[in-house]
Amino acid sequence: MLKILFDFKEGIIISLKAIKANKLRSFLTTIGIFIGIVAVTTMSTAIVGLEEAFKESLSAVGSDVLFIDKFEWFGQKDWRYYRNRKNITYDQYEALVEKYHKAAAIAPVERTFGRTVKYKEKSAQSTMIYGTNEQFEKTNGSIPQTGRYMTDIEVKASRRVCIIGSDIAELLFENEEAIGKEVKIDGVPLRVIGVFEKKGSGFLGMPSEDGQIVMPLKVFNRIFGTRRRVQIAVKVADVNKMEEAREEITEVMRIIRKVPPGKEADFSINQQDAIMDAYNATIGVVATAGIVITILSLFVGAIGIMNIMFVSVTERTREIGIRKAIGAKTWSILTQFLSEAAFICLIGGVLGVIASYFLSLVISKLLPTSMPVSIVVLSLFISVLVGLLSGFLPAYKASKMDPVEALRYE
Amino acid sequence: MNIINIENIAKIYEVGTEKVHALRDVSVKIDKNEYVAIMGPSGSGKSTLMNIVGCLDTPTQGLYDFAGENVSQMNDNELARIRNKQIGFVFQTFNLLPRSDALHNVELPLIYAGLSKALRRERAEEALENVGLQDRIHHKPNELSGGQRQRVAIARALVTKPSIILADEPTGNLDSKTGEDIMTLFDNIHSQGNTIILVTHEEYIAEHAERIVRLKDGLINQDEKVRKRIRKTSAQMESN
Ligand SMILES: Nc1ncnc2c1ncn2[C@@H]1O[C@H](COP(=O)(O)OP(=O)(O)OP(=O)(O)O)[C@@H](O)[C@H]1O
Ligand SMILES: [Mg+2]
Repeated sequence: MLKILFDFKEGIIISLKAIKANKLRSFLTTIGIFIGIVAVTTMSTAIVGLEEAFKESLSAVGSDVLFIDKFEWFGQKDWRYYRNRKNITYDQYEALVEKYHKAAAIAPVERTFGRTVKYKEKSAQSTMIYGTNEQFEKTNGSIPQTGRYMTDIEVKASRRVCIIGSDIAELLFENEEAIGKEVKIDGVPLRVIGVFEKKGSGFLGMPSEDGQIVMPLKVFNRIFGTRRRVQIAVKVADVNKMEEAREEITEVMRIIRKVPPGKEADFSINQQDAIMDAYNATIGVVATAGIVITILSLFVGAIGIMNIMFVSVTERTREIGIRKAIGAKTWSILTQFLSEAAFICLIGGVLGVIASYFLSLVISKLLPTSMPVSIVVLSLFISVLVGLLSGFLPAYKASKMDPVEALRYE
Repeated sequence: MNIINIENIAKIYEVGTEKVHALRDVSVKIDKNEYVAIMGPSGSGKSTLMNIVGCLDTPTQGLYDFAGENVSQMNDNELARIRNKQIGFVFQTFNLLPRSDALHNVELPLIYAGLSKALRRERAEEALENVGLQDRIHHKPNELSGGQRQRVAIARALVTKPSIILADEPTGNLDSKTGEDIMTLFDNIHSQGNTIILVTHEEYIAEHAERIVRLKDGLINQDEKVRKRIRKTSAQMESN
């Protein structure tokens, strides 16, 4: 083992000399590896960044919440099939509350997007408005930063109160205090009782929670009508019993919606996992493309390295002869050229990692990115591996040279 | 006690369908501390014989015993070990690594012998001092004269304290004055107890040796002791 390390050390010292003697050539050779490493590093950096951002935007909602809806998220069937199902109604929500007691929170949710909220002459466009009850705080996980959430009494009494997202608060009130002020939606005045904490931009164009407004469902219906479908959000008490809860809720809902036994349910129970799955599928495509690009450029790089190593071996035939004549073993010559190839690739890899670091700084303006140490280590490991693989044949050729022939080489 | 015992070796090269008999049937024994010159016309097989003696090559037929070990049966790595530990090579064209300085060139066999850096340096410096190049240790081959290059090569050959020194036309690329200096160096090395075998075309070079083996067409034509003659002593060389 020590002997191997020793040989590699000597090999690296020798190859450093050789690389120094052929700076430009070594540099050009390493471009393929460089591109490959930039591709793999930037790709995984972006993927890791996306994943982190995505998980963050999900975690607020939590994976312990089930959404009863007539639509199935990422359903297999044509969307018209789901559209033709009967809407879930407020009465059905009330029936569920009555029959199912194991939930930590149940919230009926109706929503509408693209509404304008006004405060004096200022207005905030494209807001997402939720009509729901006080339990939405738990199922949705949006916590007021200032002020408070609406109470059970305010919901029952249909008080005209609302909690607004931080972006809306900034837009409408700037430095003013928002709590207690009256905003207008479709001409209906509502008193602001809370402002949600800032969540940051939504994930890939998903509406941000910072642009949302939450109000009692009855108030919502008074402003926007009652024809919308209700979605029921159920926060399950025990995260470890999600499947059980799902089955029980399905049973209860079938009875409520009078689905005959044996017939397919006319509603769906959705979970954040479905989003995660869809997300993973997307990321899978991105990653596959990245891997293909990486493998291609590394392959081209490897061929380049192999080619230049063959040239190098031929050029240094005499040197190989000399080394063999004075006692270099097959293994020593092999490691010398292997470490040279690995070292050239490592240089390409290091340059690639540095370049991707700066690239990730640029990309981070558009997408969340982060470059973990593991990716840096992996990239460098890959470069060395490519060097060893592509250097093997030339190094083997060198190590097997006949010393007499090699010394005679002109 | 023979250090080299060669019995009926032949070396046959196959060039296309033709067979070239570089050595036909050569038997020779060389003792420790002998000083042998090999002569013969061009193409007679001198270099081929030297390469076999130096374990760079193996004979097609016959037996080669080196210091009691049967070399003709050895694999590449075993041969490399013998070359590294027991044999010092000096070539007509010096064969130094062009990018490395004198010190590193001389250190090279010790690297392959696995010596520590400190020890390597010490022994390489000592070897360079022995050939009179102590003030040239950081010169690259292209910064040295032909004679100096050959001295570096000799230092490299000596640095492992080998059993024999082999030199294939060591003065072939040098003018006669420089060649004579190099031969004086060989004489000195021999007088310190080393075994030397050298190939040469020049009678006056061969006369430095104690014994001359003459080859012709891959066979030994003549093998005789050189008449006694007055040698330059190392003391005389110093005074030059
Ligand atoms: N690799 C080889 N392939 C074919 N023939 C070879 C090979 N090496 C040597 N020979 C032949 O073997 C013969 C002996 O060659 P060798 O080099 O030993 O001669 P030499 O006595 O050293 O000659 P010179 O004095 O010119 O150096 C020559 O005829 C040569 O052509
Ligand atoms: Mg010759």
